[in-house]
Amino acid sequence: MINLASLNSSDVIVFTLAGMLIIILLFGFIMYFLFTYRHKQRDFNLLQIQKDEIGTQKQLLEKTLIDLKSAQAQLIQSEKLASLGQLTAGIAHEIQNPLNFVNNFSEVNKELIDEMQVAIDTGNISDIKAISNDIKENQEKINQHGKRADAIVKGMLQHSRTSTGVYEPTDINALADEFLRLAYHGLRAKDKSFNVIMKTDFDKSIGKVNIIPQDIGRVFLNLITNAFYAVSSAPSTSKSPKGDLPYVPTVSITTKLIKSPLGDLGAKRSTGTETVEISIRDNGSGIPKDILDKIFQPFFTTKPTGQGTGLGLSLSYDIIKAHGGELKVETKEGEYAEFIITLPV
Amino acid sequence: MNILVVDDEKDVQILFEQRFRKEIKCGEIKFAFAFSGEEALQYLNDYNHGAVLILSDINMPGMSGLELLRHIKEKYNAPPPLVMMITAYGDAENYNTAMRLGADDFLTKPVEFNILKEKLKAIQ
Repeated sequence: MINLASLNSSDVIVFTLAGMLIIILLFGFIMYFLFTYRHKQRDFNLLQIQKDEIGTQKQLLEKTLIDLKSAQAQLIQSEKLASLGQLTAGIAHEIQNPLNFVNNFSEVNKELIDEMQVAIDTGNISDIKAISNDIKENQEKINQHGKRADAIVKGMLQHSRTSTGVYEPTDINALADEFLRLAYHGLRAKDKSFNVIMKTDFDKSIGKVNIIPQDIGRVFLNLITNAFYAVSSAPSTSKSPKGDLPYVPTVSITTKLIKSPLGDLGAKRSTGTETVEISIRDNGSGIPKDILDKIFQPFFTTKPTGQGTGLGLSLSYDIIKAHGGELKVETKEGEYAEFIITLPV
Repeated sequence: MNILVVDDEKDVQILFEQRFRKEIKCGEIKFAFAFSGEEALQYLNDYNHGAVLILSDINMPGMSGLELLRHIKEKYNAPPPLVMMITAYGDAENYNTAMRLGADDFLTKPVEFNILKEKLKAIQ
């Protein structure tokens, strides 16, 4: 037992101080725990808020993505409509011509049959033979031009329809020729002064190529329309290579079947040894170096606002890539631009 | 009457020869054909504009029918042959341009040959 009386005053001070220290320490610990707990609670609350915020942002972003996707779909649709609008005038002209023949040759045949009946009555066999030959020839013309009108309408429908995404064996030369004519008449209908020399060099040895015809048709239309635009907006000071001749705006389409050389180690697939190359070349002002790496970017256009969607080349690039092919460009400023499509056969 | 028909559609020749076979047979009308504006000018130079009447399409690759019309009306002024435009585009702008350049008539495709024949008779 501690004898209180034996405690001197200094001992009392020491004990008191120690007690106070313990109390202070205890209080400190309690305060510390209290503080860290509250801090943690605050951190937790903050995290919860942040989590909620992230959730909201995520939803917002997801909605934005959906909006963007639908906007993109709309843009593709409007680009398609814009090029379809360009085609409509061309189609009208293209259909009037075969109709002119269908109407007139069938009327001629009616007259010829009347004449033949007269010849039959008079028994003039040589006349009957001659007239029947004429009727037959005209009939063939009617059929031929009827088919031509049919092909034009089908082409238009194919263009306006959403891509079926179905690969079909297609005559690349005929497809290119069809869109060359449509693009030409379409532009000519809008701009009477537009003039161009069109050259085609089709490799007849190309058989049918398995492609999505609507998609490749759009690529042709885009590239040909661009070429026409390039030659029509080429400065009139442009000279032909000789320098002294006047500028002759020229757009040429060339197709080539390319067989890779025998023993090509790179060609592993037995079907991948042949490619088709389609070149669309214009002698316009070419593409300046500083924009060459931008031309396939979506929305990039050199046309004045409202005149181009800036999606033509970008879509074309995507379509060719989806076909396992390549779309390349070669150009020399002031001389030419050439777009080369390579497609596997 | 000598008529030069200008159109880039080759079947136009067969069509005209059939449509006018009676007139051709009895020597009433003689046709020549050119398949481009350039060819038409060549013909007019070679034959010292032997054509009295020119029927021309407007939309042709290379020289358009309207350019051909301008050439003819500017160059051959002693007197220039009659020029009738035949086009699938019957719009006002085409019509006005053709008239301003001195076209004598303007027809639209599909061609109504009965109307064309009447017009030719009126000229004769």
